[in-house]
Amino acid sequence: MSESPLLEVENLCTYFRLSKSHPFGRSRTVFAVDDVSFRVSRGTTFGIVGESGCGKSTTAMSILRLIKPTSGSVRFDGNDVLKLDPKPLRRLRSRMQLIFQDPYSSLNPRATAGNIVAAPLKTHNIGSRQQHHERVSELFSRVGLRPEQQTAFPHQFSGGQRQRISIARALATDPELIVCDEPVSALDVAIQAQVLNLLIRLQRELNLTYLFISHDMGVIQHMCDEVVVLYLGKIVEQADRNSLFSHPLHPYTWSLLSAVPSIYSDADSLKQRVKLKGDPPSPIDPPPGCRFAQRCPFADTSKHCYSKMPLLRIIKGQHKVACHRVSEEGVAPQDIHTI
Amino acid sequence: MNKEPILKIEDLCVDFKTRTGSVRVLHHINLSVKAGESIGIVGESGCGKSMTALATMQLIPTPPGLISEGSVLLKGDDLLKLNEIQMRDVRGNEISMIFQEPMTSLNPVFKIGMQISENIIRHQGKTKKEAQELSVAMMRAVKIPGAARLIKRYPHELSGGMRQRVMIAMALSCQPSVLIADEPTTALDVTVQAQIFDLLRDVQQDMGTAIILITHDMGVIAENTQRVVVMYAGHKFEEGPVDEIIHHPKHPYTRGLIRCTPHLKKNMEHEREELSEIPGIVPDLSRLDGLCPFRPRCSEKRRQCDEQMPQEIQTGDGHFVCCWAAGEDQ
Ligand SMILES: Nc1ncnc2c1ncn2[C@@H]1O[C@H](COP(=O)(O)OP(=O)(O)OP(=O)(O)O)[C@@H](O)[C@H]1O
Ligand SMILES: Nc1ncnc2c1ncn2[C@@H]1O[C@H](COP(=O)(O)OP(=O)(O)OP(=O)(O)O)[C@@H](O)[C@H]1O
Ligand code: SF4
Ligand SMILES: [Mg+2]
Ligand SMILES: [Mg+2]
Repeated sequence: MSESPLLEVENLCTYFRLSKSHPFGRSRTVFAVDDVSFRVSRGTTFGIVGESGCGKSTTAMSILRLIKPTSGSVRFDGNDVLKLDPKPLRRLRSRMQLIFQDPYSSLNPRATAGNIVAAPLKTHNIGSRQQHHERVSELFSRVGLRPEQQTAFPHQFSGGQRQRISIARALATDPELIVCDEPVSALDVAIQAQVLNLLIRLQRELNLTYLFISHDMGVIQHMCDEVVVLYLGKIVEQADRNSLFSHPLHPYTWSLLSAVPSIYSDADSLKQRVKLKGDPPSPIDPPPGCRFAQRCPFADTSKHCYSKMPLLRIIKGQHKVACHRVSEEGVAPQDIHTI
Repeated sequence: MNKEPILKIEDLCVDFKTRTGSVRVLHHINLSVKAGESIGIVGESGCGKSMTALATMQLIPTPPGLISEGSVLLKGDDLLKLNEIQMRDVRGNEISMIFQEPMTSLNPVFKIGMQISENIIRHQGKTKKEAQELSVAMMRAVKIPGAARLIKRYPHELSGGMRQRVMIAMALSCQPSVLIADEPTTALDVTVQAQIFDLLRDVQQDMGTAIILITHDMGVIAENTQRVVVMYAGHKFEEGPVDEIIHHPKHPYTRGLIRCTPHLKKNMEHEREELSEIPGIVPDLSRLDGLCPFRPRCSEKRRQCDEQMPQEIQTGDGHFVCCWAAGEDQ
């Protein structure tokens, strides 16, 4: 583990100022990403999981500088991404690519599949026309598309095939990092499996690093080596796959896992299911204290849950949690209290 | 548990006219549900889950769609023999439906209280005031906090979870005997999804409603239904008790569907294994050849599969399957 991480995110904050509802109104701020830090090692898959609106996509877009973060730093292979001038930034961008959730709207409907895949090569001025041609053919076979499909248009492909086109496009510039933002959420389960297997195979063949975003705990568990759980713009827990799923420390992670419907659950596990009340609150001007406090079954005034923001701290090895009620020895409230 | 089914769909076929000819989207579907029972319908996108529900409610746009064969028996009466005016008395009253996206069935320009009351006034001949009171009670029953205040709000002012609750309140306001829930939680977060399924379970216990739950999530099926119907390309492939289907599926497609999903595991002992895949994609419904539509993707295909469509056979108590391979195993 002496090798330097490929991606280092430090104290990343991305806030959105909302326009005032009336001229004398208070200005309001969305704390979409709030003081997020993590490191991603080369060749691994790093997961970001959380419910809708918790800041997963904003984190990804901020890292790629597709959204301007409010503060913090992002280092990619030692380069400070947020401070780079346009030219070196462009060069760096060819080394980090993005795959979106929606294989329908993310492809230009008027371009052929071959041209879509070749586009990044043209943008980054890599190689000659002939080389583009060869590269596209190679990429098509890599992602399991037939060579003659290069001349077809996006609407002539199925959802899974379109996602293969996005993957081929992302691979064109031979990137080291691929940010996958809900890459299989729009796909049917059978097609989902094909795409997930493809991503794993490509990672092995090309030593890719993935920043993998999903709201599906089963998919995250299957794909990721390390995971952060976001809640309202904050990391509430971070751990390797094993520790997180076998012993979740944060009450939110624990209840999120318990809410996932599973073919393995029986009457007992259903009875023990934690029931969170209410909807996730809005990330607009959240109250002080722990952001999960309003829904947390263990929130306790005497432990400052409603008044002090819990800091993300290391409990065991690399297992980190931000909760006042997890003890230094790694005993979580759900381990000792029943609700 | 040997009650007569409350709703019985028999031999249902639906065809759609397209530019290139007629396409059959449902092939001789049989299914039934008893009072207080929950059945699930699973299958990939386009397999005919919603179409089965819409045909039951007679909400298929005609033309281009047409129910060309079969019957839909509600307490023994064939709904397909009713005219549109009689059918309006059934919908929202005897059979209700909730959809994936609540905004498709909530009218954005009316306050939600009014939308619930309207259903009650129409079907139960209550006065406006009575209906209003019932609406508030209904919203309380589906655990909408501050119901009395919320009836004055418009749909867009509510969160997704709240809107889905309003839909459920509306669907249940006339105490229907059958509730069809078409992907009722797909747009919601899992913590909210868990609340909605709890709610449906409670309601079912209180009112004895029969529920038909449409979803593509086997975990949801496992936890919320007693019986499952697996559909593929407009065909019913397998039907059985939920534990049987999940632990001893007989159809190669059902097996594939279960094995290709990364189900969340509580213990992490084993290293991750590759997901099994169902190769290929679902067929184009206009190009089916009268043989098993799963044939091109099936790893257990045999000689008969290329010659004749398999008949549905019974392999266990309440367990039915339509596959040559399943027949030979016996
Ligand atoms: N341009 C913007 N202006 C104001 N608020 C924004 C903007 N972009 C995102 N937000 C808000 O920031 C929060 C985080 O959004 P984000 O899209 O990152 O969530 P997410 O975790 O990706 O959710 P999902 O699972 O729904 O994709 C949300 O509350 C969202 O409404
Ligand atoms: N107007 C139409 N003309 C021809 N075919 C149609 C028409 N409307 C729907 N279909 C076909 O009917 C089939 C069944 O659709 P249905 O909506 O029941 O699928 P589903 O199982 O509910 O899928 P999903 O999971 O995506 O909701 C689909 O293959 C669809 O293409
Ligand atoms: S009938 Fe034949 S082709 Fe169809 S699923 Fe069974 S084994 Fe496969
Ligand atoms: Mg997102
Ligand atoms: Mg549907």
